[in-house]
Amino acid sequence: MSDGPPPRFISPHAEGEFYWTAGADGRLHLQRCGDCRRWIHPPGPVCPYCHSRALAPEAVAGTGTVATFTINRKEWIPGFEPPYAFALVELDEDPTIRLGTNIVGCDVDAVRIGMRVEVEFEENGEFFVPLFHPIENG
Amino acid sequence: MNEPIERQAVISGAAQSEIGRRLYRTGLDLTIEASLRAIEDAGLTVDDIDGISTYPGSGGPFGGISGAELHDALRFSLNWRDGALETSGQLGAVHKAVLAVAAGLARHVLVFRTVVEGSGGAVRAGGGGGGMGGGMPPAFQYLIPYGVTSAANWIACYAQRHMHDYGTTREQLGAIAINARTNAASNPQAIYTDPMTMDDYLGIRMISDPFGLYDCDVPCDGSTVVIVSHRDYAPDAPNGAVHVNAMGTALRGRPSWDQFDDLTTMAMRDSAASMWERTELTAADVDTAQLYDGFSWLAMAWIEALGFCGKGEGGPFVEGGSRIAPDGELPLNTWGGQLSGGRLHGFGFLHEGVMQLRGTANVQVADCEVAAVGAGGGPESGCLLLTKEIR
Ligand SMILES: [Zn+2]
Repeated sequence: MSDGPPPRFISPHAEGEFYWTAGADGRLHLQRCGDCRRWIHPPGPVCPYCHSRALAPEAVAGTGTVATFTINRKEWIPGFEPPYAFALVELDEDPTIRLGTNIVGCDVDAVRIGMRVEVEFEENGEFFVPLFHPIENG
Repeated sequence: MNEPIERQAVISGAAQSEIGRRLYRTGLDLTIEASLRAIEDAGLTVDDIDGISTYPGSGGPFGGISGAELHDALRFSLNWRDGALETSGQLGAVHKAVLAVAAGLARHVLVFRTVVEGSGGAVRAGGGGGGMGGGMPPAFQYLIPYGVTSAANWIACYAQRHMHDYGTTREQLGAIAINARTNAASNPQAIYTDPMTMDDYLGIRMISDPFGLYDCDVPCDGSTVVIVSHRDYAPDAPNGAVHVNAMGTALRGRPSWDQFDDLTTMAMRDSAASMWERTELTAADVDTAQLYDGFSWLAMAWIEALGFCGKGEGGPFVEGGSRIAPDGELPLNTWGGQLSGGRLHGFGFLHEGVMQLRGTANVQVADCEVAAVGAGGGPESGCLLLTKEIR
């Protein structure tokens, strides 16, 4: 990518703001149910499984596995320069939690399904955007 | 099985407006043209039409034309009307019209989908939208920030996983694109008609791996209209009425582009399954399949979902193109599909299914009695099983 972060058009919904700001402490947070303890993504007002409202962001290890990906090679957004890798990352804590992200820190053509990755954050205005890079020898 | 309620309905008329890459005509203008043609095709007059159903209605991200504007433009007098995005994909507008007719709320429903994406969509290469700013639905707020604003990107992720898990190749996807292009050559309304070779397909620039430009459908302008009538009217339909044997409406997984439980299929898995639950006919009875190819891989996913081959076997099934050719075991997208015929957003497949069963298609399948029509990608999905005679 080019100098400076690309335009990301982050406009959080009510329950989702923490996802883009909690990374200020360097850790990825996801919504978790305080009653049944399941992870929820995208965040919502009620636990989809037990209907509890006792939901709160909680830090996760920030590691996972690339479930699938695409290398985007067309410019859709001025300033967001191709090529770049978009991936769906399955979280170690719960592989049914699947996070969309960009894979950084490697050549886009090196991205593979099954690749082990961990989170890093891109400071972008008031937000800390979760991105993932390969884990060495992961 | 009790007779499914959809057997009360027929498609008594079908027509399209002028179709082109950039016509510089309004959506309403095109819709009126197709509507008047379809009403005449059904042997009806404007006064006979007592219902309108459209996808996706006005507003929203897919550029819908207002049913109310059509209503007023032709001064219809309606007993029932509907136009909405949250339904069983593009064909949801047909499903609802069928239900309205079966319920007696209307007798002749005009169903339309109009696109003006060729003239209006400067940033679209294929399906999906261009840049989106604030106010987007929550589900998209976790995609757009990562530079993936197009359905090309989202669906590419599923195609990639399908390749990984099943060994599907780009050449196999190419067989779908080449079949579409070959058929489009006989369709005077098609957008792309020049012959395409596998080298052409593989050599074109990539959009979002594994999709190249020729895996993406081509935006166009055009309107497609069908008239859904009660089956009592079938004997009076001058060009023949096509019967609705079964419709598939289900979405049992999450309604999401990125959170569906299986990354090697999409919502067509559910809508196809629900269709077969409503009929004694089987995939072996189908004479032609008109399956959504907004992106090449979607047609493969539909082939698998409808059971024309096993899960994961779509690649070998289409490889080389002979099975899906007009004289093959499953003639596919005989009008050229959205890949070459133009992105009529599901309704091009529906129109062709009707023409095939009438025996008036440009590329006519021999002895065509049963047609499967499937439309949609991602969480947008619905299908129809149409028959020449009531079955
Ligand atoms: Zn819970």
